[in-house]
Amino acid sequence: MSTLKPLGFALFALTLASSAALAANTPNLGKAVTENDFKAWDITILPDGTGLPPGSGTAAQGAKLFDDKGCSLCHGKDARGGKSNELIGNPSLVEGGIDANKTVANFWGQASTLFDYIRRAMPWPTPHTLSDDETYALCAYLLAGNNIIPQDEPMNAQTLPKVKMPNRNNFIIKFPGRI
Amino acid sequence: MATASMDAAKPGVTTMRKRLGSGSAPLAEIAGNGLLHRRALLGGGIALAGAMTTGAATRSAAAEPLTNPPLTDPQWTNVPGIVTPVLQTPSRFEKNLVRILSNPKGEPRTQHARTPLQMLDGTITPNPLHFTILHSGIPDIDPAQHRLIVHGMVKRTLEFTVEDLLRYPMVTRKHFVECGGNSAAMFSNVPLQATVQQLHGLASCAEWTGVPLSVILDEAGVDPKAVWIMAEGADDLLVARSVPLKKGYEDALIAFYQNGERLMPGNGYPMRLLLPGFEGNMNIKFLRRLYIIDQPAMTFYETRNYSPLLPDGKAYRFYFVNEVKSFITKPSFGMSLKAPGYYEISGIAYSGTGTITKVLVSADGGKSWGEAAVEGPATPKAFTRFRMPWRWDGQPVTITSRAWDDSGAVQPLRADFVKVRGETKKPVKSPYAFANQHYNSLTSWAIDAKGEIKHVYA
Repeated sequence: MSTLKPLGFALFALTLASSAALAANTPNLGKAVTENDFKAWDITILPDGTGLPPGSGTAAQGAKLFDDKGCSLCHGKDARGGKSNELIGNPSLVEGGIDANKTVANFWGQASTLFDYIRRAMPWPTPHTLSDDETYALCAYLLAGNNIIPQDEPMNAQTLPKVKMPNRNNFIIKFPGRI
Repeated sequence: MATASMDAAKPGVTTMRKRLGSGSAPLAEIAGNGLLHRRALLGGGIALAGAMTTGAATRSAAAEPLTNPPLTDPQWTNVPGIVTPVLQTPSRFEKNLVRILSNPKGEPRTQHARTPLQMLDGTITPNPLHFTILHSGIPDIDPAQHRLIVHGMVKRTLEFTVEDLLRYPMVTRKHFVECGGNSAAMFSNVPLQATVQQLHGLASCAEWTGVPLSVILDEAGVDPKAVWIMAEGADDLLVARSVPLKKGYEDALIAFYQNGERLMPGNGYPMRLLLPGFEGNMNIKFLRRLYIIDQPAMTFYETRNYSPLLPDGKAYRFYFVNEVKSFITKPSFGMSLKAPGYYEISGIAYSGTGTITKVLVSADGGKSWGEAAVEGPATPKAFTRFRMPWRWDGQPVTITSRAWDDSGAVQPLRADFVKVRGETKKPVKSPYAFANQHYNSLTSWAIDAKGEIKHVYA
């Protein structure tokens, strides 16, 4: 991915070197901690799967959770949309035009974001209550419902990062020089 | 020096003659439909004859007939005033000076509060009126318990308290913050009849005080192979964005103060990321974690909402920058001109790529342009006020503005913008809908012979 190769890397290194001396003159009030000290906060899932926890879930389990956890109250029956976004559905972006409905199937570039966002923010209004197994199951339900993975393929730390999202190659980096 | 005198030919009608020094030649127009040279703004300058009204608002004294009864003392001049409050609020005669909420009942969806830019002047947005977007309410954060973690590709994993960070050397800078979706209604194929507040109110400008992010990054010791910072807030959605590390070293701040006082809760209390010129959503509020990494985290907001769709179905990714933009705030939709005569056209210009160097104004829909006065000193990535003296002859006109910055960037004309970015196939119905993101083309107001103002595309 081109975004991983920053331009002006030498310049960046230079900035770092010249500011190293400054650091000694700054307050240095931060407390040294280890990853164990903030495990509950360390929740980011990267596109390559870094951060995915143990656990697993299937589409069938996810379908039941989608109703049980109240997801359908906002996202509609069978995730077809309601007060909030449709999560299963694949409308054409070209036909829809520049304000087309951007969905998991027609837009999202990677599957890692499903796990990251569901665990981070859903369900409204009781986020941070889903187990990791439940989160994997909801990912499987939405990916299988959109025909991106087979109905019987469980999602886990090994399978989720390998999912190829249909729209992944349709993005243009707007300001590559700023990365 | 220009002077002006007024003759009242008959009661209720005011005419105006302008004089240059002792001569009687009027100031020459510099562009069509009555745009005047900006030097008319200097010194004793021009008295305003026509009165601009907002709804049933004030009438200019100049427009009053001369048959008024002599002045007497009003009631408040004859009694002591009220007791001074500890915290000042605006006059009760300024009740309309409030933000517009997109979700007034606080339903389970995002709440946008838009700034009444057409009712403000100068360049600073008062804190109670600064725009906010909250995806799940305003968290009630106790600063004594709030923490910031810096981890990932660093030599030292660090935890900071707010008290710790308030001991750091601070800098103060004036910057605008603008939502990437501000002005989204301008993507409509038919212009919406809406105020500046409704169209452009997801932008504000404040003086921010905080600790340069580079200081914190250096104390943690960032791995040279790192490229990104995943920044995350402490709200219940844990709103998160990937920020280029490069920006962290360029001009990013961890901000604690807004116009001299601690951040408003809706603006990120007790601390927020401030990324000058970058779309609002990236300026993570309630900042609690900085995760240094070598790949973008591809959080929800960069994956979906802030990747603008193009007409061919492709989309821009990492559209960080709010590009050069301007719009006229006065006069604008919702106001009306009472009578022909002199007015000041005034507005805001700003750019996420630099300092505003020039603003041109047109009163004939873009056929001819005159250079507006840009109030200085203009500073980078901040609201800049422009003013243009104007003599309206009472005929229909279309006024618009166009800005330039010191990076060479110029605000695109609408036809050129639409050619690349497209517009909707059906009219957008609500000014609060988000058809697309990052609109920075022109805004035009058509004024008819009655002085009524409409939003048009010119």
